[in-house]
Amino acid sequence: MNQAIEKFDVIVVGAGPAGNAAAYTLAKAGKKVLQLERGEYPGSKNVQGAILYADALEKIIPDFRDSAPLERHVIEQRMWLMEEQSHLGAHFRSDQFNRQPGNRYTIIRARFDKWFSDQVQKAGALVLCEMTVSELLRNEQGRVIGVNVDRDNGRIYADAVILADGVNSLLASRAGLREDIKAEAMALGVKETIFLPKETIEARFNLAGQEGAVIEMFGSISEGMVGTGFLYTNKDSISVGIGCILSDMKRQKTTPAELLEKLKRHPSVAPLIAGGETREYAAHLLPEGGYDALPKLYGDGWVLAGDSAGFLNAVHREGSNLAMTTGRLAAETLLELFAAGQPASAANLARYKARLDESFVMKDLKKYRGAMGMLDRQRQFVADYPGLLNQAAFNYFSVDGRDKKTKEQEIVASFRQRRSLLGLLGDAWRIWRATR
Amino acid sequence: MMKVEEKLYQNRYRIDADRPHIKIRDANVCNTRCAERQCVTCCPAGCWSFEDGQIGLITDGCLECGTCRVICDEHLNVDWNYPRAGFGILFKFG
Repeated sequence: MNQAIEKFDVIVVGAGPAGNAAAYTLAKAGKKVLQLERGEYPGSKNVQGAILYADALEKIIPDFRDSAPLERHVIEQRMWLMEEQSHLGAHFRSDQFNRQPGNRYTIIRARFDKWFSDQVQKAGALVLCEMTVSELLRNEQGRVIGVNVDRDNGRIYADAVILADGVNSLLASRAGLREDIKAEAMALGVKETIFLPKETIEARFNLAGQEGAVIEMFGSISEGMVGTGFLYTNKDSISVGIGCILSDMKRQKTTPAELLEKLKRHPSVAPLIAGGETREYAAHLLPEGGYDALPKLYGDGWVLAGDSAGFLNAVHREGSNLAMTTGRLAAETLLELFAAGQPASAANLARYKARLDESFVMKDLKKYRGAMGMLDRQRQFVADYPGLLNQAAFNYFSVDGRDKKTKEQEIVASFRQRRSLLGLLGDAWRIWRATR
Repeated sequence: MMKVEEKLYQNRYRIDADRPHIKIRDANVCNTRCAERQCVTCCPAGCWSFEDGQIGLITDGCLECGTCRVICDEHLNVDWNYPRAGFGILFKFG
């Protein structure tokens, strides 16, 4: 690498949503940006369900809809409580979601990330792929002053380094900037991309044109673990997957691949994907520890953004929008400092935290800080209620000569038998407290 | 029932021959001191095995999720790195 390009205003590690948001924002403002990505192309190492929430990207690239590879705009959200042979669901479908501009879209990350990276490069950043950052460079005072990549003469310097290197965040933990990630705060997600003709998808999900539907699933599919399943419609494929908390995975004997097979065979899911061709199987960790698992987010010369900091709202299945927003806020903080001629010191980068606190990111993480812990401690929400509700529905909707009042009494009794009246009231309180 | 091997067969990889990016620090710890060997269950790509009293690891199908490293929190016996730049899984869809 020649001398001329060795010093940058900012080095961004990683070309996922957080890194791309940061690199784009900085490059657009005229800063000298180097972005390093370990994969052969941006997106080659990245996995997501995937749903793109328009708002977060709109704040970075307002006209993204003109060129981004979007699959379908979501007009219908289904939430299913699963039992072995059934699901009890709530569906929300609205023609309002057909209005432009769309609110959220299904995407295929490998395609989307390539597009986003193209925008970053057009904005003027230097993006180098097949570059793995092996360590952070620090001066005698411990300030981060650049990175070392795994090639000869791989030292590259910058005024600030944005770590957007993803959930495993090896760089930050090895540099002692944060504690290593913990099994209790991680979910392992596995998914398949299953191809079907466009018309078949539209017929099965009652969709027209570019309309899309998504299903989030909860209950027996996670076999007692805290976890969720999902099914998203793309243009000519369906993404289906399941994720469970790693500390739960560790305590049982079903492999992730088997969990996914069981989900695919569930009688409510199987007809939706029947005849499809699986063309990829992917796995990825999700940082689901929430607010209380957040590490220190900045220090002398460095900031964390996206998954590498654990910015993910597990309850609402949001992650990439938090990644893009935190990447953008990290970049905007640095731009403010550069404009004022101030260094990217820990004291000055406290403004990043202040920006985060003002945004939906921290507000939402705070709101749900108790939710995952509650699910971990109160297994009835995973193990008992989905089954009880499904059995109640089966009882109530089976017409078998018995009167309705008797059925209602049986249903109430089934709940009280499993949870007791106090337990039921306590659970209602717990849900309220964990999500207020 | 689709086996994990069939799933992985659909994926694109650029294999770094003879340079596994994950190593076992001390196989004896896995073979004799680890009671659960949950890496064998939890690895989504089935890279880990335990047969005839021996832990086995073949990283060719690795999806680079990091699960084996994170769950080996008692013995810290997994020496986990990303593959060399450009190698490993190449997600077509992600």
